[in-house]
Amino acid sequence: MKEADIRFIKLLILVNGAVPLALLVWDQAHNRLGANPQNFLILTTGMMTLIFLMLTMAVTPLRKITGLNWLIQFRRMLGLCAFFYGCLHFLCFFSLDREFSISSTLSEMVKRKYLIVGCTALLVMVPLAVTSTNGMIRRLGGKRWRALHRLAYVAAIAGVVHYYMQVKADVRQPLVFAAVLAVLLGYRLVNDWRQRKPMPAPATPTLSKP
Amino acid sequence: MIVVYHLKDSNKISSGEVTPEAVYFNRRTFIRAGILAASAVATGVAYRHLNRVGHGKVNTATIQGVITRPVAAADTNEFRVTDKETSLQDITHYNNFYEFSTDKEGVAPASANFDTKGWQVAVGGLVQRPKVFDLDALLKISPPEERIYRMRCVEAWSMVIPWVGFSLSKLLDVVEPLSSAKYVTFQTLLDPRRMPGQRSSVLNWPYVEGLRIDEAMHPLTILASGLYGRALPPQDGAPIRLVVPWKYGFKGIKSIVKISLVDSQPRTTWNEYAPDEYGFYANVNPHVDHPRWSQVTEQRIGEFGRRRTLMFNGYEEQVGHLYTGMDLRKDF
Repeated sequence: MKEADIRFIKLLILVNGAVPLALLVWDQAHNRLGANPQNFLILTTGMMTLIFLMLTMAVTPLRKITGLNWLIQFRRMLGLCAFFYGCLHFLCFFSLDREFSISSTLSEMVKRKYLIVGCTALLVMVPLAVTSTNGMIRRLGGKRWRALHRLAYVAAIAGVVHYYMQVKADVRQPLVFAAVLAVLLGYRLVNDWRQRKPMPAPATPTLSKP
Repeated sequence: MIVVYHLKDSNKISSGEVTPEAVYFNRRTFIRAGILAASAVATGVAYRHLNRVGHGKVNTATIQGVITRPVAAADTNEFRVTDKETSLQDITHYNNFYEFSTDKEGVAPASANFDTKGWQVAVGGLVQRPKVFDLDALLKISPPEERIYRMRCVEAWSMVIPWVGFSLSKLLDVVEPLSSAKYVTFQTLLDPRRMPGQRSSVLNWPYVEGLRIDEAMHPLTILASGLYGRALPPQDGAPIRLVVPWKYGFKGIKSIVKISLVDSQPRTTWNEYAPDEYGFYANVNPHVDHPRWSQVTEQRIGEFGRRRTLMFNGYEEQVGHLYTGMDLRKDF
């Protein structure tokens, strides 16, 4: 794949990843986030995190099914979008719900299991984002990098569980995410069982030319 | 596309035969810009579809002869709080009414065509004079009063709503409860054809609620048939609902068809769904957390920052005595 094509794919994800944020900012500026904009911001950024996590995890199955290896180029940017919205989600909670109070944020986290689960999901994504550069992939080596990036599964599972736990009664939406996640993880299990490998292994992305 | 392109140093092939590099790249750039724009629009449409925000108008009939001053001379009964009222738009487009939708922004559109013609309310149980009231007859029991109440949802948001209604005690006086009546139960309409949310089993339908008789007789407890001087729009519980301002909003049962006096504590919908999260009393209490979130502060709809939640939602002086000697951590 040409360098220019890889750059274009990155731009494509960047632009599309920025669309929800742009609409959030636009709606906020026009007072169109509904009656409870604070809650809307927290919920929507969380939802975006989950959607981008699912999209990230869909890349490998899609690539294997279609045989289109260049699809792997989408994965890093999608993952970074998920991390970006995850950080935004936390910031919205910290500022709008906890009003920048570190002590009340911490005490809430200790008391509410779903916050611990959500935090785990976000923290787990930090090393993944940090090691997402070409330089880091090279430094870690493919094998170690792949092992580390299995943490993406932990982030996705914890993210969906976090959503499920905080819903009041109508769990249909979290269950949709759980179903999608089950399919994506299930595909890996079946695929690896077929290849008689013990653990699912995400592919190392093709390095763009230095 | 044929573009004549003059190459300065070209002497090998005639310039018209080859697609020049600049044109080739222009076309590529053009296609890429197209893909970018189209995908961004598609993402935007998908986002809009997933994150709808409600907007709409309220056109219900104006209620005639609403008394807008406190009935009692003293204003200590807190019939009309002085907090800034929440906008009609927000009150009517941010609703918890699972009979129509579990999406608070989605209740208004889902309930827009709810038909309340021929509505009746059956009042019975342990009473001297049980009766099935036509709505008109029920609303004639007492003149409509404007009551401006704080409304605190268990989800830690709040509003200030100018209701139109009258004290539930006026209705109870008409049917004359027996001395054995200790509690009052309420029931919402059960009709999955008119209330599409009842087709899914999110909650155990029909929605039921209950009060202790002294709570039901308290002057602050009202049957509301309107807000902002107009008949209740469907999303807020048309045609008649309960409002108990010192309790969490879910106690304010909507679209009531049945009221019954009983001798023991009745089952109530949310309490039955999650007894550790929603108590029978459900008094607003900043000292007792919901297991999954704090009740210390609340988001007042229409404000930027958060407010501290008041004990009994600010009605402690009026209702505190109902609960003397009770452990409100246990009986939350």
